Amino acid sequence: MEQFASNFGLLLQFPVVNLKIVIDGVMIGALFALAAYGLALVWGVMNVKNLAQGDFVIAGGYICWWLSEKGLPALLGVPVAFLVMAGIGWVIYKVVIRRVIDRDLFTTLLATFGLAIIMAQMLNLIFGSDTQSVDLGYETLYFIDGFIDVPIAKLLGVLMAGSLAIGVVLFMKYSRMGQAIRATAQDARAARVLGINTDRVYAFTFSLNAAICGAAGAIIVMVWVIQPFYGITHSVRAFVIVTAAGLGNLPGVIAAGLGIGVLEQYGAHIFGIGYQQAIAVLLLLLVLIFRLLQQRRVRQSLQ
Amino acid sequence: MGKRAVFYLALIIFMIIAPFVFPVFKTQLATVWLMIIVALTWDMTGGQMGYNSLGNITFYGTGMYVAAVVTIALAYDVGEYTGSSGGGIYEFTDGQYFTGMFLGMLAAGLFCSVVAVVIGYITFGLRGPYFAIGTLGVAIAAGELVSNWDWVGGGQGIALPVYPGDFENGKILFYFLFAATGVALFLFLKWLYTTRFGAAINAIRDDEEKAEAMGIHTLQYKLATWAMAAFFVGVAGAISAFQLIHFEPLESAYQTINLGIFMVVCALLGGKGTLWGPVVGAILFHVFKEVTWTYLLGWQWVALGVLIVATVVYFEGGVVGWLMERKPHWFSLPAKADEAAGDDQS
Repeated sequence: MEQFASNFGLLLQFPVVNLKIVIDGVMIGALFALAAYGLALVWGVMNVKNLAQGDFVIAGGYICWWLSEKGLPALLGVPVAFLVMAGIGWVIYKVVIRRVIDRDLFTTLLATFGLAIIMAQMLNLIFGSDTQSVDLGYETLYFIDGFIDVPIAKLLGVLMAGSLAIGVVLFMKYSRMGQAIRATAQDARAARVLGINTDRVYAFTFSLNAAICGAAGAIIVMVWVIQPFYGITHSVRAFVIVTAAGLGNLPGVIAAGLGIGVLEQYGAHIFGIGYQQAIAVLLLLLVLIFRLLQQRRVRQSLQ
Repeated sequence: MGKRAVFYLALIIFMIIAPFVFPVFKTQLATVWLMIIVALTWDMTGGQMGYNSLGNITFYGTGMYVAAVVTIALAYDVGEYTGSSGGGIYEFTDGQYFTGMFLGMLAAGLFCSVVAVVIGYITFGLRGPYFAIGTLGVAIAAGELVSNWDWVGGGQGIALPVYPGDFENGKILFYFLFAATGVALFLFLKWLYTTRFGAAINAIRDDEEKAEAMGIHTLQYKLATWAMAAFFVGVAGAISAFQLIHFEPLESAYQTINLGIFMVVCALLGGKGTLWGPVVGAILFHVFKEVTWTYLLGWQWVALGVLIVATVVYFEGGVVGWLMERKPHWFSLPAKADEAAGDDQS
């Protein structure tokens, strides 16, 4: 307890530490937001709550790591992870998701949980259970007498995440497929009547989600660490973000993603790194309880 | 009725002689009973009430810890005991061991019921998948918090005294403790599902708004059901604590992705919402698990994931659901049973 208090005191004593934590949190939160955006897409369009989300992220990370181990430039890993994960996502849709899409929600939840187990264990068997990361070899920038360190690799990661997000948003807005996806999200039946092949739209959406996650994972491996079993924490984070932001609310997703990044950094600073997973989960519970209270108010007003 | 009586009698006889006929598999058989208990209790909320919890493992872990703390506290100071982490010498007399075990089981069950009511009060407002995710969150958070709580041993876990006397006799004792709990639970549920209470929780599953409109206090029913389920899971956890001797928070007590998911898979594999489904599912699942664990070195988890996906995606009704369709007369159902008939009783 005293440890926590002294850590907390440190924050008040040295305001510059806060700035560092916020910057770190924002940089990592941008990547959380990316994965969460994919989840919001799948959730909103096909009403599938994908618990394998985090494992898509980790799988993308391993693709990038594997390439850099083979001597290829790590930055190439981002587009490669994007494409490979798109393929994997398409296969998963055809084999599993298509069959549970109109069943009750717990079924999809459990099916994707099974997928999460399969993916995490396969990664563990193929790549081993050590934590891995890719060092891009860029310098670190220092501000304010070296109190704040910003590795260029992280800046680059945020930049790539941002441009990917913008690309996806533009795609959703202007391309024919993007329009079809939005139409299906609004009313799948009406979209079918108007000649949209919703099965193809679903397949595309799911593989786009996997691709976004893969790219996010490839960036995460460059700025952070990955491990086969970190997937579930990423899934929980994505759920926190989407639940907090609501569906189809892109600015909300970004804000919630950055917010959870910052909160986690604060939590890690005050309580120690050992609590990181607990903090992500507790945030989820808080968000759920908050939503619950909101609903309760709605119900009361009906009485 | 004759056939049915013979069936039950044969089961009971098999249950009693099993650990003596297969002495090598005593612990395995005890684990089968554990799976049956957790699958049946999961089905109370998941199958009968329509609330799919992924967090029932919380009660298992909590039951373990409560039993351990009660047993230790009867003889020594808990903080000192866990702080020594095996360094000090702590002797337990037979009397202390067995009182600790008995009181520990009781306390574990009751404490878990209270925990269920408290957690349920918060989470039962959540519907559908939110409830599943919320309870999963509770389980993960509980494990993380306990593993950072030094008074109960932190990440190291707790070591309980070993069974005084012959080790093999201890295994038999644990088998029968699990078996007795399992049978008690089965008979309790068999009775419960025929009462008004059973009808009420089925009504909640079918349409909660209408049930509420009919004057059922849904929250009270949900809390009561979960508390009852938590009681039995807590008792099972307490027995496990003594059986395992040493347990640590994340891998054995709050094993979210192991037992926490297995119980759901058991119930689904057997057929959720039926009395026999979880029992059949637990037995099949455990056999599958042990076979893959023995013969698919390294790939067992992948096989398990495939089993989960295959069960959920392609085998909706489970074994019992499938049998009900094929052999309705086994379940005294009308020959051409519609879907709803399969839900109530077996």
